[in-house]
Order: sequence, then structure tokens, then C-alpha cells
Amino acid sequence: MVVSASTAMHMSDGLINAPVSVIFAGVAVAGLAAALVGARRDLDDRTAPMAGLVAAFVFATQMLNFPILPGVSGHLLGGALAAILVGPWVGALCVGIVLAVQALVFADGGLTALGANVTNMALIGVAAGFGTAMLLRPLAARGRTGLMIVCFVAAFVNTVVASAGFILQFALGGDAAFSLGAVAGSVLGLHCLIGIGEGVITALTVGAVAAARPDLVHLLRGRSAPLELRDAPVATPKESTA
Amino acid sequence: MTADTRRRSLFLVGFAVVALVIAGALSYLADPNPDGLDTATLDGCEVVETDAGEELVGDCIARNAQDHDLAASPLADYAVDGDDRFTGLAGVLGVVVTLVIAGGLFWLLRKRPHRE
Repeated sequence: MVVSASTAMHMSDGLINAPVSVIFAGVAVAGLAAALVGARRDLDDRTAPMAGLVAAFVFATQMLNFPILPGVSGHLLGGALAAILVGPWVGALCVGIVLAVQALVFADGGLTALGANVTNMALIGVAAGFGTAMLLRPLAARGRTGLMIVCFVAAFVNTVVASAGFILQFALGGDAAFSLGAVAGSVLGLHCLIGIGEGVITALTVGAVAAARPDLVHLLRGRSAPLELRDAPVATPKESTA
Repeated sequence: MTADTRRRSLFLVGFAVVALVIAGALSYLADPNPDGLDTATLDGCEVVETDAGEELVGDCIARNAQDHDLAASPLADYAVDGDDRFTGLAGVLGVVVTLVIAGGLFWLLRKRPHRE
């Protein structure tokens, strides 16, 4: 085949067999359907425009491959970033929409592999990243430095666990002629390095949003806190450097 | 429009500008090397330049990969009709398309305030 590896960013068709691709297409559809239901709770006049922009920002930033080793690059997946800013349900939809636009408009990421790519980056990555962020939320509430540390760790976990999704799919439906252990080692090792870049981008982005509009960072809001009237001052995290 | 709404709108416009600058300009600085997943699937192969493009020689997972069904579409591979010089334009279009689809969906899904 003719490759254009330089601009491909996601799994192509043919790496995973048809039955397993169909299974993960089902997983992706079910997951995104659940996200559609859950997202309603987190979307209002204030957060909906922000959420649209988060999807656009993830699309843009995924174009920005950064070097991780000589001859090897990585790019943001964006699951933790989106979930921390707009919540896990909306975040999963953001990444899912980005992957669909990439596959359908930019021929990036195979069409039959779309379900697997969505499962890995929009569902597994978001769940792992947001779960990590929630576990570390007390630290995030202590100030912007704490928030950025939480973002780094959550984004790192998001990247590595999302890449483990590929290993699972390859184990179930990949070419058995190749050693699973070698593939897993290579994929996980490289994604640990990519996770560092993902962590830095996520920490800087969320840090910047929190500095300007902490009310637009989902992780800093109460889970079911009613939207307060805006004449109350916005709660700002204590500066840890003070 | 309250002062807060105005400030928030300003922030959102700024966020949009950042996304457009990344996709439209910084994308030219992107590392052209294969990413982590591609590198892992290319392990064991050599990429050889031929008249038909790049071909894989050797034994690697990526040899199972098929060309994209939409490889001939006008914006394939973040170029415009295969021309890499327009990556920035392709990126800007991608940001706009993503914003319209995602923003439109989220706007439709949002909770409407109850009339008091």
C-alpha cells in the first residue's frame, strides 16, 4: 500500500479485523449515546458555546504534532482536556465529533476503524482522564498550581490508557502473526512519552482558562451546584504562590 | 448585555482566535514524523520512496493498513487537493466545521432557563 504516515494521526482501516471493528463501532455508538443523555445536564447558555470551542480547540491542537523521539511524533488526544473544561459527557462528544470530522472530511483515521478510534480516545481516554482528575480534585481546588498538576497527571493517564485500548483491539482482532507483547510494549512506551506532551498542553490550556474564567472550568465547579446569580463574586482558587 | 456576559464573550472570541491561529499557522510547524501509533505499526518496515508514493518494505502491522476510502477527498491529509502549502487553510476549515457541528449540537442540547 501507499502510506502517507506523515499526516495520518489515527488508526487506519485494516489493522483490526471486521468483526472486532463492528463490536467497537457498537461500543462507540452506545458510549456516545450515553454521553448525549448525560451532556444535557452540563450544557446551558454559558457552557454550550464554550463546549463548541473546546471541540474546535482539540481539532486544532491535534494538528500540532510534537517530537517525542528522533523520527517519532505525538499529538494531543484531548480527552482529559475536554472533560476537565466541559465535563466528561460533553467532553466525550467533543472528542467524538473531532474524530468524525477528521475521518470524514480529512481522511484521517479509517472509516471502519472510527468506532475503535472513538472508543479509545473519546470514551476510554475521557473516562480515564476525568476519573483521575476527580480523584485528585482536592488538589485542583487548592490553587492554580494544584489544578495544573492535576491536569498534567490526568492527561498523561488519558493518553496511556487510551493507547491501551488499541492494544486490546489488536489483541482481539489484529494480525496474530505479530507478537502482542512487542506491540504492547512499543505502543505503551511511546504513549508514555506522548502523555508528557499531552500533560503539558493540557496543564497550560486549563491553567490559562482558569486564570481568565475559572467559572468555565468544569472540574472547579460543584458537581450539581446550581448556577448562581452573577452578582455574587466568582469563587477564585487561592493562589498557592501567595 | 451585562458586563459579565460581555467579558465572557470576549474570552470565547479569544479562545476561538487561539484555535484558528494553531490550526491556520502553527500547524506548519508540526513534526512531520509518524506519531506513536504509526511508529508502532511501522516497526519492522522500511518506508521506500517510489514513483507511486511511499511504499512499505518488510514485515510490519502497517502493511495490513488500507488506504483511506476518502483519500481522494479535497481536504484529505489536511491539504487542499493534495497541496501541503494549504495546510493552514485546511486547518481553519476544520476548526470552523468542528465548531459549527459541536457548537450547534451543544446549543440544541442545552437546558433552557425556565420562565419565572
